[in-house]
Amino acid sequence: MEARERPPAEAITRNAPLAKVRSQLAQIPLLGWLLGTLLTVVIEQAVGHPLALALGLSTVPGLFGLRIMLTKPTLIPSAVAYVLLVYVLPTLAVARLSAPLANRLAQQLLDRFPLWVSLIVHLGLFYATMHLWGDISAYRVLFLKFILISIILTLSLNLVNGYMGEFSCSHPGFMALGAYGASALTVLLFVNDDVFGAPLLPPALGPFMFPLTLIAGGLLASVGALVVAIPSFRTRGDYLAIISLAFMFIVKSLIENLEIVGGPRGFMNQPKWANLPTVFVWTAICVWMIYNFTRSTIGKAMCAVRDDEIAASAMTVNTQRTKIVTFLFAAFWAGVAGGLFAHVIGYINPSTFGVYKLSEVLAMVYLGGLNSVVGSIAGAAGLQLLMEVLRPLELFKWIVIPVLLIVLMIRRPTGLIAFTEVKIEDLLQPRRVLRQGSVQVSGKER
Amino acid sequence: MTLATFFQNFVNALQLGSFYALIALGYSMVYGVLMLFNFTHGDIFMVGAYIGFFVSSGLVAFASLGIVALPNWLILVLTILLAMLLTSFVGMLVERIGYRPLRGVPRASAAITGLMIGIVLETGNLALLGARRRSFPILIETQGYQLGPVTVTNTKIMIVFLSLLLTLALHQFVRRTKWGMAMRAMAYDFVVVPLMGVPINTIAALTFGLGSALAAAAGIFFGIAYPILNPYMGLLIGWKAFVAAILGGRGSILGAALAGFLLGFIEIFVATVFRSTLRDVIAYSIILLILTFRPHGFFGEPYSAHLRL
Repeated sequence: MEARERPPAEAITRNAPLAKVRSQLAQIPLLGWLLGTLLTVVIEQAVGHPLALALGLSTVPGLFGLRIMLTKPTLIPSAVAYVLLVYVLPTLAVARLSAPLANRLAQQLLDRFPLWVSLIVHLGLFYATMHLWGDISAYRVLFLKFILISIILTLSLNLVNGYMGEFSCSHPGFMALGAYGASALTVLLFVNDDVFGAPLLPPALGPFMFPLTLIAGGLLASVGALVVAIPSFRTRGDYLAIISLAFMFIVKSLIENLEIVGGPRGFMNQPKWANLPTVFVWTAICVWMIYNFTRSTIGKAMCAVRDDEIAASAMTVNTQRTKIVTFLFAAFWAGVAGGLFAHVIGYINPSTFGVYKLSEVLAMVYLGGLNSVVGSIAGAAGLQLLMEVLRPLELFKWIVIPVLLIVLMIRRPTGLIAFTEVKIEDLLQPRRVLRQGSVQVSGKER
Repeated sequence: MTLATFFQNFVNALQLGSFYALIALGYSMVYGVLMLFNFTHGDIFMVGAYIGFFVSSGLVAFASLGIVALPNWLILVLTILLAMLLTSFVGMLVERIGYRPLRGVPRASAAITGLMIGIVLETGNLALLGARRRSFPILIETQGYQLGPVTVTNTKIMIVFLSLLLTLALHQFVRRTKWGMAMRAMAYDFVVVPLMGVPINTIAALTFGLGSALAAAAGIFFGIAYPILNPYMGLLIGWKAFVAAILGGRGSILGAALAGFLLGFIEIFVATVFRSTLRDVIAYSIILLILTFRPHGFFGEPYSAHLRL
C-alpha cells in the first residue's frame, strides 16, 4: 500500500525544482503580488526607456513586447530580455521577499478592520499599478479602458446567457441604447453642438454629472430590455434568441434612421470624460454588484430557472419577476458599458453595434466560461489582449483569432473557467506555510 | 399605390423572397434535425456564389476555345449542378470541423464555432481574392415580357420557378425517402435513433450538405439577379434568412420557405410605401410581434418542457 502511494524516485527528482518553485510561490499572498507588480511598474518608469534603448528597441514595448515579436522577429531576444528584466524578475523577487511582511499585513488588515478595508487597499494597489503602467503611453491607457469596458459587457451578458441559461443576442442593442442615451444627454447638457445647440448647463459641471448621464443611459437600455424580457415569459431558448436578435437589428436600424443623432454617419462631439479612474471605478462597482447579485436570493432563483423552470415555479420561485429583474439589470450594465465606450472614443456609429460586436461579446462569454465572474473577466481580458497583440497581422488577424477560438472551444467546450467562483474572502487571506512545504489558506483552517 | 405598381412589386418580392426561402431551408434543416444554429450558413451562401462565379467563368472560357460547343443554357445548368455539389462538400467540411467535435456539449459552444468559421470564410475570401468586387458572367440575356402594365423578365421567372421546384423537391425528399425518414427520426429523438442503426454522423453531414447545396443555388440566382459579388454579401441576407427559418417553425420546410417569401414581401412593400431605410425596422418589428404572440413560429410545436435549451 505504502509503495503505491509514493511516486517513483525518478519522478520526484525530475519534478523537484518545479515543486520547489511552486511551494515558494504559493507562500505569496495577493497583497505580495500587488506589491511586486507595483514596484515593477515603478522600475519601468525609472529605467524602462534607457533599458529599452540599450537593448536595441526603439521605444518602451507597448504590450509586453508581444507586438514587437510579431512585426520584427530579429528583436525577439531583446523583447524577451526586456520582459524578463523589467517585469518578471523584479515582480518575483519583490513578491517573494516581501511575502512574510505581506502575509502579516494581510492578516492585520483582516483582523483589525472590516473586510471592505482590506478590499479597498487591494483595489487601490491594483489601480496604482495599472495607472503607472498606463502612464508610459496613451496607447496603454486606451487598451486598459477597452479591457475594463469589455469586462462590464461580458459580465452582464454572462448573467443572461450563463446564470439564467438563455441565449440572448441583444447585448449590442443594449450597449447602443446606453451609448446613444448617455451621449445625447452629455452633448445636450454640456457641449456646444451644431444639432443640439448651446449647452443647457455650465460645462464645468459636466464631469461631476457624468455618472448621472451614464446611469440614465443604462436606464434607457433597461427600458429597451423590456421588449425582450416580456416575451421571455412565454418562451425561452431558441425563440427568445431570435427575438433578441431581432431586437438588436431593430435598435441598429432605428438609430440609422434617427437624423438627430447623426443617422448612419455616427454621433460625435462627446466630451472624453471617461478617463482611466472613472472607467476603473465603474468596472469595480459592476464586478462587485454582479458578484453579489449572483449570490443573492434572486441570483439563486435565476439559477433555478435555468435548471428547470417548471420545478422552480413549483418551489415558489417567481419566474417572471426573476427573468425581468435579471434582464433589466444586465441591460443596465450593458448600457453603462456603452456610455463609457462612447465617452472613451468621443465618436459612435450604429454599425459598431452590429453582428461583429455580437460575435465578440459572445466569444468573450463562452471563451471565459459560463456562470463565473472570474471566467468572464479572464475571457474579456484574454480576448481583448489577443485582438490587440495580433493587430500587426492586419487582415490575417481575423483568420488567426477565429481559428484559435475554434480550437479552444473544441478542447474546452465549456470555456476556460466555468461554473466555479473564487471567493473574494479567500483571495484576500494571507497564506501560511505548513509543514512539508504544503500551503494552505489560513481561512479554511479555522 | 396603383394596381400596376402593386403587381410589379409583387413580382420583385417573389424574387427576393426566393433567395430568403432557399437560404432559410438550410438553416431550418440543420435546426430541425440537429437542434443547432448554423451561423456559418450565410457565409456558405457567399462561398456558393463565388464557386458558381468561378465555375461559370471557367466554363465560359472553355467554351470560347471552341473545342466543344457549349450553349449558354448548358453552361448555366452545369454551373448550378457543379456549384451545388462543390458547396455541399464545403458544408460537410464545416460540420466535420466545427460541429461534430462539439456534439453532446452545451449547444451554445457550437454556435460560437459556427460564428467563428463564418468569420474565417469571409476573411479568407478577402485575403485570397482581394477586395475587388467580382461581377457574375451574364449567361442568359434578360428579356422583358409585358403582361399588361407589369414587366416580367425571364430571369425572374426562372429564379422563382427553380426556387419553388427545389423547395418542393427537398420537401418530397424529407417526406418520401429513407434518408429523409432518418432525418425526421433524428429530429424526433437523438438518443434512441442511433440504437436503431441510423448512422447519425452520415445523416448530420447529409443535412449540412443538402442545406449548403441549396445555399449555392441561392448564391447563383443572386449572382444572376444582382451580378456583383463581395465577401460580406452573406452577412445581411444570411441573418435575415436565419430569422425567417426560425419563424417558420422547427423542422418545417414549407414553413421556412413561407417565412422567407413573407420576409421578401414585407421588405419590398415597406420600401415602396415608406422609405427604404425603414425596411429593417419594420420587417424585424413585424417578426418580433409575430414571435411574441406565436412564440413557436408558424408550424412549430408549442414550447414544452422537453424543447428547452
